[in-house]
Amino acid sequence: MPELRSLVTKVRSKNAGPFWLTIDIFCGSQAAYERVRDDLATTRVAEVFGTDSQTIKRFDIPDLQVVKFSLPRPAVQGSLHDRDMHGASWAALLGETVI
Amino acid sequence: MVRVLVPSGALGLNYDETALQRGIAAGPDIIAIDGGSTDSGPAYLGRGVSKYARASIRQEWAGLMAARAQARVPLVIGTAGTCGADSAVDWMLDITREIAAEQGKPLKVAVLRSGQDPAATAQAWQDGRITPLGNAPDINADVIAGCSNIVALAGAEQITTALQTGADIIIAGRTTDTAIIAALPLMRGCHSGGAWHGAKIGECGALCATNPQSGVIMIDFDATGFTVTPLADGAHASPHTVSAHMLYENADPFILYEPGGYLDVTGAVYRAVDNTSVRVEGSEWVPSDDYTVKLEGTRTAGFRTVAIALLRDPHYVAGAAAWADDIVAKCSAKIEARMGLADADYTLELRLVGHSASFGTLETRTGDPFEIGVIAIITAPDAAKAAEIGKMLNPYLLHHPLTQEEEQPTFAFLFSPPEMHHGEVFEFVLNHVLHLKDPMDAFRLEVVELA
Repeated sequence: MPELRSLVTKVRSKNAGPFWLTIDIFCGSQAAYERVRDDLATTRVAEVFGTDSQTIKRFDIPDLQVVKFSLPRPAVQGSLHDRDMHGASWAALLGETVI
Repeated sequence: MVRVLVPSGALGLNYDETALQRGIAAGPDIIAIDGGSTDSGPAYLGRGVSKYARASIRQEWAGLMAARAQARVPLVIGTAGTCGADSAVDWMLDITREIAAEQGKPLKVAVLRSGQDPAATAQAWQDGRITPLGNAPDINADVIAGCSNIVALAGAEQITTALQTGADIIIAGRTTDTAIIAALPLMRGCHSGGAWHGAKIGECGALCATNPQSGVIMIDFDATGFTVTPLADGAHASPHTVSAHMLYENADPFILYEPGGYLDVTGAVYRAVDNTSVRVEGSEWVPSDDYTVKLEGTRTAGFRTVAIALLRDPHYVAGAAAWADDIVAKCSAKIEARMGLADADYTLELRLVGHSASFGTLETRTGDPFEIGVIAIITAPDAAKAAEIGKMLNPYLLHHPLTQEEEQPTFAFLFSPPEMHHGEVFEFVLNHVLHLKDPMDAFRLEVVELA
């Protein structure tokens, strides 16, 4: 049971404005893309970020071999309890997820 | 064809001089650069100031003003001074005035202001002219009226109005990142889907290419699409690097909402022209009936004091979470008893670096760190209270034992005094759009002659 990050080229995250977080999984090969597309359930991503899977937008993009998720930020950017101003660290949490 | 030269993803990030000269030699129709972002947090809009050093902005802007004079085309900056508030626009105008005096040529500057009066915006809310976007916070008229700064994001229409003044330089307050690039191609009748899509690809400079730090790119717009070319040595764009840029900082990689409609790139086709340039066609602009502009607003979230301590004793490193929880409980009780502040009146958090500081309760890893950094973050209604709470916390950070039986510990402090006063802190409160009858209704345009 490998960590997601060991299967793919890169997992990155960033703010999409102050209220949304977006995470791009660059799979790097067709095989890795199909594995991530099929094995990484949106509900699993919701668990990782402690949110409701209904709030998550998912994009499976075969041309780029990318799986992308966008979700309401776990804390609004820069609000008192926010821990990551640019949203770039959150990728690690998903990258370490076992699939 | 309209040729737009983009020197960098943002003024203040520097640009490659050689590549810029290559761009000037190629005969651009306009030079467009973004000046801002919300990406560094609410403090800049909250305070109405720039993130970047004045000396950096001054030097880079002087270089672009000289390039503009050489190319004899307009130079436009969007979201001047990081946040685009009127005070930041004035700051940018002041820098421009200084440089113009040095360069010794008369200039016509169009200044587009995006600042909104909080009271008038609160009235617009009452009148139902403001509607929420996804994940918008709950607000009311009082919250809006209490904002320190509100800006509306101008689109291509307002930049076009500024360009029509015939200005040499346009200093715009808050704009969408794309508007400053899309405006001239749209004005001259280029393909509207291509204009917006090319603008989106170009808004971060060479981030859409290899060697993303090089900054400078050229985008050629025409009747059917656009072609993007990075200009620095060793920078190449490919269909992959260009299409992948639609993912960047975008919640939806296929749809981009702008004032007056949205861009749909679902049908876009990316083709390598050669080893460096990429041609894109097939993107579509879908105009809307209703003209809306997005609003950004910030209000004070309090005043902050921060302190740092270091845990290195293995017993305390192992027990750090329990130690921190016990400190917060005991210190909060003391704050209530001695200062009369209830928990709801302030926030006190101890974040444990090396343990859970990045993700808090979402952290899944447990490790065996040998050292933990403790960052205490206090936010209170005024600076004096935040400082007072910091002093009340101090004995705990210095000496708090895990159990009563053990000898009193002493932890490492980096500074004397250990508390740092961060001042007023802000929070974003608007993820809403304002409905307008005329695109210029929320914006003010002024033309300034600099001699």
